[in-house]
Amino acid sequence: MTAPALRTTGLHKSFGSLVVAQDVAISLPQGARYALIGPNGAGKTTLINLITGALRPDSGEILLGEEAITALEPDSRVKRGLARTFQINTLFPDLSPLEAVTLAVCERLGVANVWWRRLVGFRDAVDEAYDILASLNIGAVCYRATRELAYGQQRLLEIALALATKPKVLLLDEPAAGVPRQQGGELFEAIANLSSDITVLFIEHDMEVVFRFASRVIVMVGGRLLVEGTSSEIAADQRVREVYLGRSRHG
Amino acid sequence: MAGVADPHQYLAAKQRWAPIEVAFWLAMLLPFVLVPTYLPLASQIAITAIFAVSLDLILGYAGLVSLGHAAYFGLGAYTAGLIAKAGWGEPFSGLLIGGAAAGLFGHLTGYIVVRVRHLALIMITLGIGLLLYEVANRASWLTGGNDGLQGVAMWPLFGSFDFDLYGYTAYAYSLAVLFAVVLAARRLVHSPFGLSLRAIRENERRMPAIGAPSRARLRTIYTIAATIAGIGGALLAQTTQFVSLGALSFERSAELIVILVIGGTGRLYGGVVGAIVYMVARDRLSGMNPQYWYFWIGLMLIGVVLFLPNGILGGLATLLPRRSRAS
Repeated sequence: MTAPALRTTGLHKSFGSLVVAQDVAISLPQGARYALIGPNGAGKTTLINLITGALRPDSGEILLGEEAITALEPDSRVKRGLARTFQINTLFPDLSPLEAVTLAVCERLGVANVWWRRLVGFRDAVDEAYDILASLNIGAVCYRATRELAYGQQRLLEIALALATKPKVLLLDEPAAGVPRQQGGELFEAIANLSSDITVLFIEHDMEVVFRFASRVIVMVGGRLLVEGTSSEIAADQRVREVYLGRSRHG
Repeated sequence: MAGVADPHQYLAAKQRWAPIEVAFWLAMLLPFVLVPTYLPLASQIAITAIFAVSLDLILGYAGLVSLGHAAYFGLGAYTAGLIAKAGWGEPFSGLLIGGAAAGLFGHLTGYIVVRVRHLALIMITLGIGLLLYEVANRASWLTGGNDGLQGVAMWPLFGSFDFDLYGYTAYAYSLAVLFAVVLAARRLVHSPFGLSLRAIRENERRMPAIGAPSRARLRTIYTIAATIAGIGGALLAQTTQFVSLGALSFERSAELIVILVIGGTGRLYGGVVGAIVYMVARDRLSGMNPQYWYFWIGLMLIGVVLFLPNGILGGLATLLPRRSRAS
């Protein structure tokens, strides 16, 4: 029995009297495909921010594999194999996708602080970046400025940048946010085709997508874990129904 | 750009020497034959261009606005001047020591500078500049204070070229150093490190998510930029054999931003072109009217920002589609 790829124990975070994470304990086995769902304000993005280090937990621990990463800076966590994407595009508008992904590869290889050698000299990094972009079907637009890309292509670039870090664990914050449903399906196909070495946790609102692509589902409400289970267990769970039906009734 | 399919070709095209670049450097030799009486001005321009290139590395590429960059220029100038005054007049080593002193100060101040952004950054850099100015002013026993540092005596360059009255040696020396600085900066901006600076400018929030320690990167470029500014200052001290408090002044820092904005930020040659246009304009305008010439500089600044938002080079790039590089 190998250690889970990612584990949190007793994560707690509050801003003043507002509790955004309360005793959050999750455990993702190697290669798992987990969905994280819950109504708006449930603390899903907060949990990702805590795991990646954008926020510091008040208490609790985060383990990547066997290593505690709770005290590490965000960039050090990435170097250890923990990558994320953002719900709102967080890209480099004036760089081309090829430049951006090549940079991410160079960061991983530890050569991004080299200022006396040309970027073109790092042929392997460039090839790897191009392959990642091509595998996500954005190879054809990878020489344009990122801001000129279609929105759906920018969502794919979000994933490409994360993949360039060669993650063991990939946290996707609403990867298909704002993408039309049809394209969203293609996007999730790409995610489903990722190597099974990568453990994936994704936030998603579309239940159809969740049940199709996740092996297990974690439900959060009000900063706490409500329930965790397989798709069918979650679909049948009375508490989950209440949370979601209640939400849709109030719009 | 049609038909570029190979990623290596695409990246190689971005950093290839353009014919216009070669032509530009050849044209920089013209003052020797065309306007030999203006060689002192030409070397002032080359020195200002070095200073502007150093600011472009932090402002244009990494996105850090500094209103106190003259601190490093002035420190380099005083260091080189004092060494020469103390009896070591060898120019080349003096240049390196001036740059090293400014770089060391840049490295130390960099720890504070990279922690802040926006208005706080402008205020902190401004504060560093003011601090150093008053220190130099107060330490008049060392720096000459308001009277400036006199008695800077230089040995011949490489033991054989005297700093002549007409400025042949001074311009050749300044131009050679400018060329070396641009070569190094050119290599830097096309390196992985240079790419990471542009990425910080474009979206610093993303950097930790690709595993990049952006503060460490900014500290490195701040140190490099301070070193280059110090080299520029040292060059001024050596070629004019005098250092005034003006080398450290707020006006010099502010003027430098004007120069960079006129030329175009984040374009490597923006500072060089800006320095040429600004210094020539200043020379002409102050010749016509020694008192009110800032009026025309103000007008030029407003005109450039309104009609050429990316500076002169940005405007030219839209005219020459082949050179429309997105950098």
